[in-house]
Amino acid sequence: MTTVSMTVNGKAVSAEAQPDTLLSEFIRETLDLTGTHVGCDTSQCGACVVLVNGESAKSCTMLAVQAEGGDVTTIEGLATNGELHPMQKAFHENHALQCGFCTPGMMISAIDLVTKNPDADEAAIRKGLEGNICRCTGYHNIVKAVQAAAAEMKG
Amino acid sequence: MPDGNNTGIGASVLRKEDRRFITGKGNYTDDINRPGQTYAHFVRSEVAHATLNGVDTSAAESADGVVAVFTGADLAAAEVGGLPCGWALTFQNGDPMVEPGHPILAQGKVRHVGDPIAVVIAETKKQAKSAAALIKTDLQQLPAVVDMTQAVEGGELVHEEAANNICYDWAIGDKGEVDKIFEGADHVTSIDIVNNRLIPNAMEPRVAIGDFDDSSGDYTLYTTTQNPHVIRLLMGAFVLQIPEHKLRVVAPDVGGGFGSKIFHYAEEALVTWASAQVNRPVKWTADRSEAFMSDAHGRDHVTKASLALDKDGKFLGLKEETLANMGGYLSTFAPAIPTYMHSVLMAGVYTTPVIYSNIIAVFTNTVPVDAYRGAGRPEATYILERLVDRAAREMGIDQIEIRKKNFIPTDAFPYQTPVALAYDSGDYFATLDTAVKNADVKGFDKRKKASAKDGKLRGIGFSTYVEACGAAPSAVAGALGARAGLYECANVRVHPTGSVTVYTGSHSHGQGHETAFAQLVSEKLGVHTDAVDIVHGDTEKIPFGMGTYGSRSLAVGGTAIDKAMDKIIDKATKIVSHILEAGEGDIEFKDGAFTVAGTDKSMAFGEVALAAYVPHNYPLEELEPGLEETAFYDPTNFTYPGGCHVCEVEVDPTTGVTEVVSFTAADDPGIVVNPMIVEGQVHGGIAQGIGQALLEGCAYDENGQLLTGSYMDYTMPRADNLPSYQVSTESTECTHNSLGVKGCGEVGAIGSPPAVINAIVDALSELGVTDVPMPATSQAVWRAIQAAK
Repeated sequence: MTTVSMTVNGKAVSAEAQPDTLLSEFIRETLDLTGTHVGCDTSQCGACVVLVNGESAKSCTMLAVQAEGGDVTTIEGLATNGELHPMQKAFHENHALQCGFCTPGMMISAIDLVTKNPDADEAAIRKGLEGNICRCTGYHNIVKAVQAAAAEMKG
Repeated sequence: MPDGNNTGIGASVLRKEDRRFITGKGNYTDDINRPGQTYAHFVRSEVAHATLNGVDTSAAESADGVVAVFTGADLAAAEVGGLPCGWALTFQNGDPMVEPGHPILAQGKVRHVGDPIAVVIAETKKQAKSAAALIKTDLQQLPAVVDMTQAVEGGELVHEEAANNICYDWAIGDKGEVDKIFEGADHVTSIDIVNNRLIPNAMEPRVAIGDFDDSSGDYTLYTTTQNPHVIRLLMGAFVLQIPEHKLRVVAPDVGGGFGSKIFHYAEEALVTWASAQVNRPVKWTADRSEAFMSDAHGRDHVTKASLALDKDGKFLGLKEETLANMGGYLSTFAPAIPTYMHSVLMAGVYTTPVIYSNIIAVFTNTVPVDAYRGAGRPEATYILERLVDRAAREMGIDQIEIRKKNFIPTDAFPYQTPVALAYDSGDYFATLDTAVKNADVKGFDKRKKASAKDGKLRGIGFSTYVEACGAAPSAVAGALGARAGLYECANVRVHPTGSVTVYTGSHSHGQGHETAFAQLVSEKLGVHTDAVDIVHGDTEKIPFGMGTYGSRSLAVGGTAIDKAMDKIIDKATKIVSHILEAGEGDIEFKDGAFTVAGTDKSMAFGEVALAAYVPHNYPLEELEPGLEETAFYDPTNFTYPGGCHVCEVEVDPTTGVTEVVSFTAADDPGIVVNPMIVEGQVHGGIAQGIGQALLEGCAYDENGQLLTGSYMDYTMPRADNLPSYQVSTESTECTHNSLGVKGCGEVGAIGSPPAVINAIVDALSELGVTDVPMPATSQAVWRAIQAAK
């Protein structure tokens, strides 16, 4: 056991973890933030994506100790004071989610994508989200939502 | 977007359920943890076929944190039953299908990679997994049978009691009559087709938590299912002998199903039973690799089919011989999928007068195969639309013309097909015309030339389909071998101030019932959807239910809600009659208010609700207080959504790389409650259909090893594999349910695969290619091109 400290959704957290505890396990099981999902075991599906120091990361592919001292944002930390992030709002308004399981990782990947490429066209959005699998929506409305959120995030 | 006030039928109301999912507050089964919980890890067979001589659990039992270890022998000693099959088919001579036992943990033999042999229950997940590695299985490997043709031609027996590995050899139609038609036909088109095996891959892996309370003797199972009451019935009555009042099944938020979460699985029964043995909650969470080898797979048909035509291209007869893979055991609905969900659809949208369909269901050393989005109907549509496409090419008839020539005329409904089903309504011309227009078929030649300039071959493919949803009239289903009724139940509870809670036996795992069902209430009772909550997924809260599959939720579950609301309005009318001193016949309910004809007297719905709960001025001698009604609705027929899908592809002839460049769908889902949700359902279905056509295929080697055991090997459609879609609806009303609805969940997956493959064949036709297999990967397309040279 080792003590891991990081900032999660703006709050300092410190907890015991095994050296082999994955960041996804630390978030779900230790911090009880169950909005981050695990959909595969080969780093393919992207349901577990969180922001680590502002960059999207598959939390099933990082050890908790690797996030030591870092700044982590999970789905629970996207809204501020009850006000939805533009990506959350756009996913709702464009019916970009159905079962909701891939949604947290998808939205966080999309935020990273739009932050880095505010003018992403449809092809760039599709390419940028290829690390996140959705089985429900066929991606059509996800692409629409990301475009809508990008426009709003640009202000 | 609706104006906010109109939340009734036809409005694209934004989903009520979204808030929790977009803020991380969803409550999926793996998010649930019970006090004192233990963790289960299954030891699964790594070989496809072997005699199980013994299991040595001693080292595991003494490992750190281990609470208990169970094997098949323990379950046999405890007289735990096997997993039941819900549908009984027969051989052509009337003999019952061969129905081998399906133990919870293997007994005597393992029959597929992934077959569970033992389970370790420990304090932590890691301890359970580590201890499981210490279990020694004594397996004597047997030859595996994987290929269905080999299986029925003297292959190793998967089950001793199933001669030639045949579960049943079933047929519908008169073979002699069909053969005679073929002999006299001007033209016969034939095709050999493989409908590729798919792995459903809902993004949420399966999870089950058994929680036994020894103070009450109550069991609770939290599980990722599409139908909690069905699981309670199957597991309680057939596997564990727990009466319903002692067994609660909860299916909270479920992360997609697509059929794979209909069935009762071994792990659900095991954790429930084990919880009582160890007297602590037991939780099991599948990892994805485990899901690949334990979730029921879909499709997997090998078919020979022929279509007889006259010289003008009119269809005279159709015949089909199909081998349908059942896998190593019979899953819950498996026997019905290739027969009553498939053969009876072989008329499609056409007037083909005689049809013969012969289905041989085959056991193999593979994961059980059962319903996956569309279930039997995609296989039927694929055969028909590939045949029609090929016949048109062979006879030099236009693809649109040959379809229109053979469509069931719009004035011919109700239409009795030669294969049992009677379609109540449809307009196949309307959906075809709309799709052709929206796809700009007229401009195709121009686009083809433009593609050619880039060195690409462009093709266009059509698919016109009908499917059967809303299963099912219970009497019919019973006559066809179903061991259950297929109605639905709803309880509508009007609260004292007029808000409403609906308890439905349908289960939502992405379909948006919490919104669409609330819209039914909004439309009928005149309340805003914000004042309506939909509760589903808990046997303790909901009177009964048959669950969600086969696009049945709105057509059957929604109609049950409608029926319960009729009872609410009947009772409310009596209350109003008393209070306003008017005859019941003079009272009209509209837009949320009861009015007395010819007067200015009226009562708002909320006022009537209050009167029902505060019955000071109330006909207590005739009516009970309260405003709550339950209805069971058993449909009188299936519903028949239909439509037309048009696909355009570009193929790079040097590499075989194929891209879907446009996809247009015009579907008839009946009356549309929420257009936004319907479009989303169609998008998702199309994506799975394109996935089947281009990318997805479960592969086993000849020893029964699963080669596609993870997302590294099984190609899931990703955002950059797919186009945006152009979808629209052309509705005809269902004539036999009160909402006029048909269904939309499966149409995308049913209509799209042949449109894609026909488009590729069209693109490659100038090279002499007449067939490409699914999935039409770059390699498969390249090979087809080389073979035609």
